[in-house]
Amino acid sequence: MANIIIHQNKITSREDLLEVCPFNALEWEGDALVTNAACKMCKLCVKKGPEGVFEFEEDEIVVVDKSLWKGIAVYVDHDNGNIHPVTHELIGKAREMAAKIDHPVYGVFMGSGITKKADELLAYGVDEIFVYDHEALTHFRIEPYTAVMEDFINRHKPSIVLVGGTTIGRSLAPRAAARFRTGLTADCTILDVQENTDLDQIRPAFGGNIMAHIQTPAHRPQFATVRYKIFSAPVCVDPTGVVTVCDVEEKMLESRIRVLEVAEKQISESIEDAEVIVVAGRGVKQEKDMAMVRRLADLLGGRVAATRPLIEAGWAEPKTQIGLSGRTVKPKLIITCGVSGSVQFAAGMNNSDLIMAIDNDPSASIFDIAHIGIRGDLYDILPDLIEKLEATEKNVCTADLTA
Amino acid sequence: MIRITTCIKQVPGTTKVEVDEKTGVLKRDGIESKMNPYDLYALETALKIKEERETELTVVSMGPPQAEDVIREAYMMGADKGLLLSDRKFAGADVLSTAYTLSQGIAAEELPDLIICGKQTTDGDTAQVGPEIAEFLNIPHVANVTCIREVKADGIVVDMDLPNAVETVEAAFPCLITVEKGIHQPRLPSFRLKMATRDREVPVLSMKDFTDQDETRYGLKGSPTQVVRIFPPETDREKETWQGTGPELAGRIHEKLVAEKFI
Ligand SMILES: Cc1cc2nc3c(=O)[nH]c(=O)nc-3n(C[C@H](O)[C@H](O)[C@H](O)COP(=O)(O)OP(=O)(O)OC[C@H]3O[C@@H](n4cnc5c(N)ncnc54)[C@H](O)[C@@H]3O)c2cc1C
Repeated sequence: MANIIIHQNKITSREDLLEVCPFNALEWEGDALVTNAACKMCKLCVKKGPEGVFEFEEDEIVVVDKSLWKGIAVYVDHDNGNIHPVTHELIGKAREMAAKIDHPVYGVFMGSGITKKADELLAYGVDEIFVYDHEALTHFRIEPYTAVMEDFINRHKPSIVLVGGTTIGRSLAPRAAARFRTGLTADCTILDVQENTDLDQIRPAFGGNIMAHIQTPAHRPQFATVRYKIFSAPVCVDPTGVVTVCDVEEKMLESRIRVLEVAEKQISESIEDAEVIVVAGRGVKQEKDMAMVRRLADLLGGRVAATRPLIEAGWAEPKTQIGLSGRTVKPKLIITCGVSGSVQFAAGMNNSDLIMAIDNDPSASIFDIAHIGIRGDLYDILPDLIEKLEATEKNVCTADLTA
Repeated sequence: MIRITTCIKQVPGTTKVEVDEKTGVLKRDGIESKMNPYDLYALETALKIKEERETELTVVSMGPPQAEDVIREAYMMGADKGLLLSDRKFAGADVLSTAYTLSQGIAAEELPDLIICGKQTTDGDTAQVGPEIAEFLNIPHVANVTCIREVKADGIVVDMDLPNAVETVEAAFPCLITVEKGIHQPRLPSFRLKMATRDREVPVLSMKDFTDQDETRYGLKGSPTQVVRIFPPETDREKETWQGTGPELAGRIHEKLVAEKFI
């Protein structure tokens, strides 16, 4: 803690010394002059007091009273009320951590016409959702959104604020963190919480060459952003939480940004968003055999992608090309079928969580990056696999269905 | 005339870096360095505006004295003025204290109409400095800008990229934007400008030139986040190779997919 040191030996006269401090923070303790709890560290005594008597020692950081900050808040990322699934994932993580330190999990939900949507979040196990519903919050503009976040933080003093690493989250989180002059760790891949409510944040630095473990030991709230698909959505619970509708005051809505136009983007669901991808390579001999690959992808709820030669042959759409001159993907599962694993292809997918590669050439370089290298003929394997999958009853993810 | 400031940063030329074992702070000395590639897009955006309108373009960078190099590089691309914020007291800054230092440096003179930042850096990676600077300067910001539609006398119309939509917004000056990679192809430094700007000074500001003299807001002291430890990433999953007949392999794949909860 920063400190005022009083050099007793430099005191030449006791007279008027107490008056140096406007906050009555100086008192005599026997013969010694001391500061009491009223000290604001304003340093007026250092400036105005007799030469050499008061010294300010500022080495150590002032630590906030952490017990005053309670709760793990999740910013509800959404587009016109359609809640982005990163929100569910963050709620899952928040619940896990909240259980350790016995804190509530909050949702902060701001937008227009969204109040009715708040209920669906309760099934993910949020204790209280604070809804700021106002027409002026229809479109994302930084000043009103930050003002709402500020209002929420001032009222509820959460210890931790988790924000999805979406376009909006990456704009809002730093702005709000700066307003509270607190720490923000971006793109965390691992989060945990200490007993003293310090958040352990681990993130890759330098393009993933190094992992950094970061803490915000003296400030609250602790802000962290996490990208989509880093954590898993939680299992559903019987909703016990409540939805609290909050006042949106006029002064929160001031903005020097005007939204002129909102154009829908053409979104054909891209392979970048797919959790499961099945890739066809030149090992697929004829165009009609693409049906087999597509069937496998369908059964796994995934998408079909292809290597460049197949795109060039017109067997698949250009936007499904993976690689250096195509898309970069990082699905939870990627199954390659007859793909040799050229460097250009690998560059677009080698960060995938689980790579299963089917190829009949043991020396194919795809086996260098595959977690599971399956040496065999795709024409022998796929029909059998498809048959087995068709026979399996699909076990659907309950969390997403109740939403 | 409009006044634009672009924030640029010197980053290591490679992604191999050293860590100071004791403080957990990255050592940046003695590594070959270059301008953060994402900042080139910010600079190019400013230069494009300058081609259309009378503009005074300043580049500002926080860093060690050697960071003068990136300011010189910006001169060679067409920037008019430079400003290097350099002080031992700025060392070890995290996002917050970096943004604060930059905001103090930018505010040391008259506030520009427009501040342009790159999307992120290749070393710190955070993409958060721009919005934090805007907060400290109390001006609006628009992130993820993919296109400048129009530069007006009192504001700028830009396209902001959102996951499902493109929002066209007008932000009043003074404001800050962060631009996406690819907004404009950055130009190369010109030899002519290199010669012409050879003697141009790079003014250096240190903390004593700032309005806020509170040392605890700069550098390591002003950084709420602390790097507890830096370690190499976990090694990949263990690799397995499977062989067998088609049906055998199909069976194992099926089991694995069930075990990993894909079905
Ligand atoms: C500048 C540049 C950019 C490029 N960008 C890309 C890019 O973005 N994406 C991309 O994909 N490529 C790209 N390429 C091309 C790349 O170099 C490879 O040529 C391409 O990826 C190979 O595709 P493939 O694996 O499908 O074909 P191949 O290399 O021919 O591999 C086919 C594989 O199938 C196996 N196989 C054959 N029959 C069977 C069977 N019955 N059962 C099981 N396995 C079988 C073979 O053993 C072989 O390993 C680029 C090239 C250049 C020069």
